[in-house]
Amino acid sequence: MDNLSGYAMYGVAILTMGGIYALLTLGLNLHWGYTGLMNVGIAGFVTVGAYTSAILTAPASPTHLGGFQLPLFAGLMAAAAAAGLVAWLIGLTTLRLRSDYLAIATIGIGEILRMVARNEQWLTNGSQGMTNVPKAFDSLPSPWSEVAFLGVVLVLVAAMYWLCERAHRSPWGRVQRAIRDNEYAAAAAGKHVERFRMESFVFGAMVMGLGGAMMAQLLRFVAPETAEPLMVTFLVWVMLVAGGSGNNRGAVVGAFGIWFLWSFTDYMTRFLPDAFEARASFLRIFLIGLALQFILIYRPQGLIGERPPKGADQ
Amino acid sequence: MQDFFNFYLLPGLVLGCIYALGAVGLSLLYGILRFAHFAHGDMMTFGAYIALALVAGLGMSAYGALPVAIAATILLAFAIDRLFYRPLRNQSPAVLLISGFGIALMVRAVVLFVWGPGTEVYQTGIQTPIVWEGFRIQQRHVWILLITLSIAVALHLFLSRTRTGKAMRAMSDNADLARVSGIPADRVILWTWALGAGLAAVGGVLLAIDTQLSPQMGWNILLAMFAAAILGGIGKPYGAFAGGLILGLAEELASAPIFFGQPLVTPDYKIGVAFVIMVLMLVFRPTGLFRGQVL
Amino acid sequence: MSLLSVEKVRGGYGEADILNGASLQVGEREIVVIIGPNGAGKSTLMKSVFGLVRLREGRVVLGGQDITNAKPESLVSKGLSYVPQEKNVFPSLTVQENLEMGAFVRRDDWRPAMERVYALFPPLAEKRRATAGSLSGGQRQMVAMGRSLMVEPKLMLLDEPTAGLSPKYIDLIFECVKAIHAQGVAVLMVEQNAKQALGIATRGVVLVAGEDRFTDAGPAMRDNPDVARMFLGG
Repeated sequence: MDNLSGYAMYGVAILTMGGIYALLTLGLNLHWGYTGLMNVGIAGFVTVGAYTSAILTAPASPTHLGGFQLPLFAGLMAAAAAAGLVAWLIGLTTLRLRSDYLAIATIGIGEILRMVARNEQWLTNGSQGMTNVPKAFDSLPSPWSEVAFLGVVLVLVAAMYWLCERAHRSPWGRVQRAIRDNEYAAAAAGKHVERFRMESFVFGAMVMGLGGAMMAQLLRFVAPETAEPLMVTFLVWVMLVAGGSGNNRGAVVGAFGIWFLWSFTDYMTRFLPDAFEARASFLRIFLIGLALQFILIYRPQGLIGERPPKGADQ
Repeated sequence: MQDFFNFYLLPGLVLGCIYALGAVGLSLLYGILRFAHFAHGDMMTFGAYIALALVAGLGMSAYGALPVAIAATILLAFAIDRLFYRPLRNQSPAVLLISGFGIALMVRAVVLFVWGPGTEVYQTGIQTPIVWEGFRIQQRHVWILLITLSIAVALHLFLSRTRTGKAMRAMSDNADLARVSGIPADRVILWTWALGAGLAAVGGVLLAIDTQLSPQMGWNILLAMFAAAILGGIGKPYGAFAGGLILGLAEELASAPIFFGQPLVTPDYKIGVAFVIMVLMLVFRPTGLFRGQVL
Repeated sequence: MSLLSVEKVRGGYGEADILNGASLQVGEREIVVIIGPNGAGKSTLMKSVFGLVRLREGRVVLGGQDITNAKPESLVSKGLSYVPQEKNVFPSLTVQENLEMGAFVRRDDWRPAMERVYALFPPLAEKRRATAGSLSGGQRQMVAMGRSLMVEPKLMLLDEPTAGLSPKYIDLIFECVKAIHAQGVAVLMVEQNAKQALGIATRGVVLVAGEDRFTDAGPAMRDNPDVARMFLGG
């Protein structure tokens, strides 16, 4: 019975993190799938969201800014708002760039945001991170605490999915697709291309910030390495590409699917002899990179290829 | 004056050399193959670690291991292009970028798997610097400057005197016309990889000699190298070289106390310098200082 | 037997065909000019001869050899060269280097060919170390044509060589085409300056809606009142 509950708890943990990644992937789908914005700085928005929520909700501490102890819901809202604000500021200068230049620029931004987190000790306690981040339903006994938290995550995923789908089917979504596919035609048709791109950029960033806040809560900890480019940025891209960029179902399926795969391979490495176990994580990174290559070459549309929304006038 | 040279000018020049070596390959690859090669930094890392294997295993000096590091990195580049980039040749630059990102991680994973996540050095111990009238220059810096200078000369001769070098510049200028003129695209592409990978390997080894080895070393300077390539104008190898030097100097000088004893930027945010320069270029002059391509 | 024979070709860039069964011939000692209204497919026809546009139907035969849809890179060594209308030089390479690139496929000594190009285009000889990007439009066109002459082709394809040039250079370019022809190179040319082009042409071909409608000797076509009314601006 113990073993079973152990597995069950592991399952809950996987679903929870998978759900958080689903949020991030939905955000990236807004950027890339909807509007063709190549954001390789996901880590930056996650960092902003995580730290904003942590700073606003954590108790006072001598090592970092805090003591506001706002309710967690407020922390979430603030995280989304902060990420959106950062996106807006960045977007003012960089959104005009072509996709691969934007990619380079967003990586730079992501790195700089993490550098701020690392260097501004008064704000964030630097590299050591903040260790007293509160988590929803923490006061409940286990397993209810974890299950309740999972519930929150899943509700958020469902809500964001619904929001994104509504956006996709709306006239706003159609304009985004038009811009993605042929910017000049859309501009010629009188659409304010820059404004639409900015809206998508900010919206997607807000969802990513939300994910960051939830990640901080889940880990009860946040540090500059929490959103280390490998785990966050690359993995989310793989998730979106694998699931099918351009549609939200693909984003969510891809997120859970890749996260399961990632966790499963992590679980399998426990059976390896000790010497290998330490190195095994690198093997997993190699394999996921390889998997991405295969997907790009042989099935670029992902598991769920893009299809136009039902009832659209296409 | 001496302090300025010792602590800011010279390090800036040395860093600039390393950036230049990486940026030239990056710029040529971008100009000829039309994509931002995100795995370039990790090719530098790979070269550095191959040299480490020889240094640690055979007791060679890092400089002596350069030829092997270069050869190994070139082979790696050929393999990667053949297996992963060639099937994607006609895809959008965005797809190639993401693919490159994945390759970067794969190369890094191999390095991590073999050598682990910690830092390494080629040799321990302090070397005595060369001192003259208060100006101080480390021996390794002399080597780095000399090697980079030789490579710059060789590169110039290659690009301006050899058929293949000119064909590379031609293809970078106008790939369609190159094709129409009968220039064999596949062969030029291989030469571009060889040149880019070779330069990356040297850059990696020199970077490791200057500071240390770590699996993230190439990735950490990738942004700066892109900035240098953009600064010099995409597809312009001479421009990229100049861009690298400028960027290295800018980065170090920005933390020099030139404004009434205060630096422009605190040392922690040095990477920001490259980024700001790059964004300024992209917004105001995307063709770069030397009028390269706008992709 | 003609040097180049295009036989009822159909094709285009995507779904729709631009070429609808066009045919033409170019003899070994001819200058053939293609004229016609905008959108007739003149440039497309030329590109399809050089393998840059895919042909669905029909044949292109060069010197007896079927070269339909052949790869452009392979045609250079078969004696066919092509000068595009735009972006037809390597701007950061010098004039000399541009010409050298034209000779890339040659294994033999191409210096005599280069001297002939400089003799043909004296202004280039003076500017051989200047970058092609720094030259004027007319000089660049000379570089473009010179580049294509470096393989000593049997047939040169010229896509609107005088487009955008000043009258002085237009005259010069037509003189150069004549000189090239005098040296034994056949020329197939698309031109908007139809009247002047037909003046130096052996034959003219009228292309309308992807099909050849009419062919005649150059000067005769130029003086033909119907053709003049429709395509030569009266």
